[in-house]
Amino acid sequence: MKNAFLGISAYYHDSAAALIIDGEIIAAAHEERFTRKKHDSSFPINAAKYCLEEAGLNLNDLEAVIFYDKPFIKFERLLETYHAFTPKGLTSFLSAIPVWIKEKVFMKKMLRDELAKLGDNNLKLLFPEHHLSHAASAFYPSPFEDAAILTIDGVGEWATAILGKGSQNSIEVYRELHFPHSVGLLYSAFTYYCGFKVNSGEYKLMGLAPYGNKNSAETSNYIKIIKDSIVDIKEDGSIFLNMDYFNFATGLRMTHDKKWESLFGFPPRSEESEITQNYMNLALAIQIVTEEIVIKLARSVKKLCGSNNLVMAGGVALNSVANGKIIEEKIFEKIWIQPAAGDAGGALGAALTAYYIWRSNERKPISPDSMQGAYLGPKFSNREIEKYLRKVGAKYSFHPDFEKLSATTAKKIADGNVIGWFQGRMEFGPRALGNRSILGDARNPEMQKKMNLKIKYREGFRPFAPTVLEEDIDSFFDLDSPSPYMLLVVPVLENRRNDLPERYESKPLYEKLYFTRSDVPAITHIDYSARIQSVNKKTNPRYWSLINEFKKITGYGVIVNTSFNVRGEPIVCTPEDAYRCFLRTEMDYLVLGDFFLDKKDQIPLAGDSNWKEEFKLD
Amino acid sequence: MEFLKELWGFLKERKKFWLMPIIVVLLIFGVLIVLTGGSAIAPFIYTIF
Repeated sequence: MKNAFLGISAYYHDSAAALIIDGEIIAAAHEERFTRKKHDSSFPINAAKYCLEEAGLNLNDLEAVIFYDKPFIKFERLLETYHAFTPKGLTSFLSAIPVWIKEKVFMKKMLRDELAKLGDNNLKLLFPEHHLSHAASAFYPSPFEDAAILTIDGVGEWATAILGKGSQNSIEVYRELHFPHSVGLLYSAFTYYCGFKVNSGEYKLMGLAPYGNKNSAETSNYIKIIKDSIVDIKEDGSIFLNMDYFNFATGLRMTHDKKWESLFGFPPRSEESEITQNYMNLALAIQIVTEEIVIKLARSVKKLCGSNNLVMAGGVALNSVANGKIIEEKIFEKIWIQPAAGDAGGALGAALTAYYIWRSNERKPISPDSMQGAYLGPKFSNREIEKYLRKVGAKYSFHPDFEKLSATTAKKIADGNVIGWFQGRMEFGPRALGNRSILGDARNPEMQKKMNLKIKYREGFRPFAPTVLEEDIDSFFDLDSPSPYMLLVVPVLENRRNDLPERYESKPLYEKLYFTRSDVPAITHIDYSARIQSVNKKTNPRYWSLINEFKKITGYGVIVNTSFNVRGEPIVCTPEDAYRCFLRTEMDYLVLGDFFLDKKDQIPLAGDSNWKEEFKLD
Repeated sequence: MEFLKELWGFLKERKKFWLMPIIVVLLIFGVLIVLTGGSAIAPFIYTIF
């Protein structure tokens, strides 16, 4: 079929598939949601199968399959890097090269073998560059005729960031930043040093940063050390990492730990150990440095292409605090960020490059964008849900009148209960946006603690994000535009804040955390910020209706929204995943489509007492 | 055969002929791994994939 394209990202982390027909995004999903293995990097066979089913196509109906990067150029980078650093890196070389020469340089064959499991094929395979895939995922679905493009991540082939311009159906790249000089890897190095996992714990580091004391001499000193010794930041946002301090190019760790220890005066934090103030100050220091780089890059791309619009993608575009700073700086009039900004979104971008660049099809931007709220994954009918609930002997009630169901649920939220909320199509991207979410009352001072420790079983310091009715954004937050994908961190309005007690900065982490900072304390982070999702009535009528009912009861058009999973678990995909997660945690009620379930009525799952061992901590 | 053609095209396009001897040696190394049934599972290294 002409103009049907399947994009694939795989074999690094967060593999995914996305399918477009005539430029319209039909489906997109992460493989981890099907295999239940967080950050699954294997070929996205389940996600690809789902995309084809959603489109009603067979594999050989496609015009081409597009892989999200160029394996040969990556291999070139590997060889040249080892060559440049030789004789260092022998252990890494001996570990890495067998995988490449046995499998990855034969990527075409690997892909054909995997695709053969979905049907006979002799399809055209295309390989756009990694950052072109990111750029395409940022520009083509955006509502703009033209825009500056900024993509920043760890590394693709050689590029670690690109500055370009999108116009009509074309993308032009003006500047590239090349490996090993990488904003993403710089941030990951600090993620590692502060005791979190690389490629998954970066958002924890971002959440930890506000606990740092911005007025302390220690934080200022860390910023100075980072800028003097670790990274040289140029005026145009280019960076040069001092590779004496990094081990990622040829080693098995991110940093040279001893050298960092002598710079900062303390060793890398071991995972799950207590987080002391020096790590919080270090997290704040690298966050401030990252923001400086990102803002300089944004100014550069503005200067290079002159557009008033900016689109962003790449893992660093998930740094919603830095994104909020770009807005605050007013460099651009409008900003749009791809919700699946990480490598999973590369699958979508890859498919879009084929449609717009390879096939030169015309582009007609859609307002507010063509991501359909990022609700691009599987959905389940009431019939399918009930079939499952009956099978497992769940106790439930059916509510065909959705208005009543949302009013009942809103009342439960207002009474301090925690609700599992499962509706419609699953989200594409790392955020749950109201279709696979756990919800709570943002006004409740106990809600953050309850959700972290009894529902999500995760670190107590982690903040929660709000969903606010789009029309009520400016009643709560210092933001005058929608934020549908939870990618912007902005301040809570001053009139909603409570004054801080004396010597607040020097208090221990949990004392700071449990201080009631505003009239919506569950979603107000320690620095009075919030990572906002706004919900629009047209894009997600059910979720909007629930929050609107909550507003009718409480006067607040805002609730807590966190992803429907526990720590280390991928976000739930099916009713089965949701029901299992519901029973395992201290959630009070579950709404599955039009069905309502009360935890008190359910019988615990037999033989499931060791479920926490199922998921590795992330 | 398709692979060799593409590899040649890649080296020509990128003007990286100096990589050829390294790649040839590595491919021989790869054949040995396959023949000896050795494992090609690498530990997770951040930038190699």
